[in-house]
Amino acid sequence: MSTSALQLRSRFRAITDHTVTILAILATILVIVPLAVIFAELIYKGVSSLNWDFFTKVPAPEGETGGGMANAIVGSAVLLGLSSAIGIPIGIGSGVYLAEFGRGTKLANAVRFTADVLNGVPSIVMGVTAYALIVAPQVSWLPFLGHFSALSGGVALGIMMIPTVCRSTEEMLLMVPHAVREAALGLGVPNWRSVLSITIKTASPGIITGCMLAFARIAGETAPLLFTALGNQFWSTSLNQPIAALPLQIFIYANSPYEDQRRMAWAGALVLIALIVLAVSLVRYVTRRGVLKGNS
Amino acid sequence: MLLCALSIFLIVALIAYQLIAKSDLNWAQSGLKFFYTAAKDPVTGQPVYWDPVNGNFSAIPFIYGTLVSSFLSLLFAVPLAVGVAIFLTEMCPGFLRGPLAFLTELLAAIPSIIYGLWAIFVLVPLLREYVNPALAKTFGWSGFFTDDNPTGLGYFAAGIILAIMILPIISSLTREVMTAVPHSQREAVLALGATRWEMIRTGVLRNARIGIVGAIILGLGRALGETMAVTMVIGNTPEMHKSLLSNGASMASVIANEFAEATSDLHRSALVEIGLALFVVTIIVNAIAQVLVWAVTRGTPTQAR
Repeated sequence: MSTSALQLRSRFRAITDHTVTILAILATILVIVPLAVIFAELIYKGVSSLNWDFFTKVPAPEGETGGGMANAIVGSAVLLGLSSAIGIPIGIGSGVYLAEFGRGTKLANAVRFTADVLNGVPSIVMGVTAYALIVAPQVSWLPFLGHFSALSGGVALGIMMIPTVCRSTEEMLLMVPHAVREAALGLGVPNWRSVLSITIKTASPGIITGCMLAFARIAGETAPLLFTALGNQFWSTSLNQPIAALPLQIFIYANSPYEDQRRMAWAGALVLIALIVLAVSLVRYVTRRGVLKGNS
Repeated sequence: MLLCALSIFLIVALIAYQLIAKSDLNWAQSGLKFFYTAAKDPVTGQPVYWDPVNGNFSAIPFIYGTLVSSFLSLLFAVPLAVGVAIFLTEMCPGFLRGPLAFLTELLAAIPSIIYGLWAIFVLVPLLREYVNPALAKTFGWSGFFTDDNPTGLGYFAAGIILAIMILPIISSLTREVMTAVPHSQREAVLALGATRWEMIRTGVLRNARIGIVGAIILGLGRALGETMAVTMVIGNTPEMHKSLLSNGASMASVIANEFAEATSDLHRSALVEIGLALFVVTIIVNAIAQVLVWAVTRGTPTQAR
């Protein structure tokens, strides 16, 4: 090959290299833009609709202006409390099993795999399951079955929490240095005791943030609530009644013909996203700082 | 602890059992035909896909809608996601890497209802006013873009919003598999005089490709099951159209729309059967994706071929 052909070739390679660099930068910008636009829109429309009424009043009757989402906020809190009561203990328990007792065994690998699969099950399917489990059966001596209720929504959300909590607990426990475990065992402490009061305690800030992440993810779930918790225009905190929830209310208002209700949907979305951003940043802060290296 | 771990198996088994038990009625009625045939209208001869009043049910339009919107979203999301991953792992200056990774993580944490809200009020009007007419004008001859839908909803809008939603999942997993490629690979290729792109192509992408395919499949799994955002923008008509700008419905969206107000037991069991199909498909897709991602991040790095 002549010198000029070689030069041409190397010029061509350099150009390709630059093109790809530019394309990658463009792709990144293209990804960041929707995020920025969504946030700007949310903050712009949300803040202008947020007021004190939003947090203190129940939804106004159809066609009237005013009102708020107080019942939906309380309803979401009830649902989230219930789902945490189901999802967090089971999730942490199985996470501890994966990291401490069953590490490396075939059973643990199978559990981990199943948890990942469960994580990928669409939320709407979870809703159908909760419906089939709690809303559909009519049993005369079990009064909490057979109708739409907060209970069924909480169960659907709780099941969805398990895989997230489980995997993050496992990850956090695996970050605890081996020397800590060895020190405990070296003092003659039985294994279960060392797990409970040494390993879990060391990893507890991480585990708590993992739970918060799962909590935040669940807080925005709508699909499993559509035909379990169903939504409610009035005050209700009973587990045995249909209950309002923030994402459900946003969904209803988003499709509303009334401008006022649409504004309310934006405000609800802003509250929801604030909660989630808070949780995600907290998680990032804790994992970045390496809490486990601290003196806990 | 063991009990907790075992309960995860129990839950998956319970979901499967409930879905199978509750779709019994429709299964007895139409069997596998539910997924590939539809009743014909006796007068017009047109297929009747979804007719709750007369009890004619067929999953075809929903399977079609799910597939079309998911593949559209992959078409948009995959090049962008891989581009972002390349930028973040290979080119990004250190001080930007943290914040950018955080932002993509944030994108993944936004609930689908908020994407849906944004799509209804911002994306759909934009499509209706500008993008759809332009597409119809330029590509109308292909038959995929006929602008006969004044709403701006439809497969195309669903595809775009799905793409935005699955992008962070694909890009963060791609990033993970790319960082798992050992540095010696990169150094070896660079030492041979390769440019940066040649290094990325032969040293990194080639080694990470199995994991990247896994990440894409995982994104596909997410797109298949995504409910709220799609329900809000796909238009919700149980029909099939060649044009991407037409209204349609997906498997998840029809369940979300009709389940609470199902008119008969047969209607409800048909919806549960769609849910069962969705469950089985997402499990298969996720399992494949997990295996592929593990193959790269867990095992020893594969040799360049």
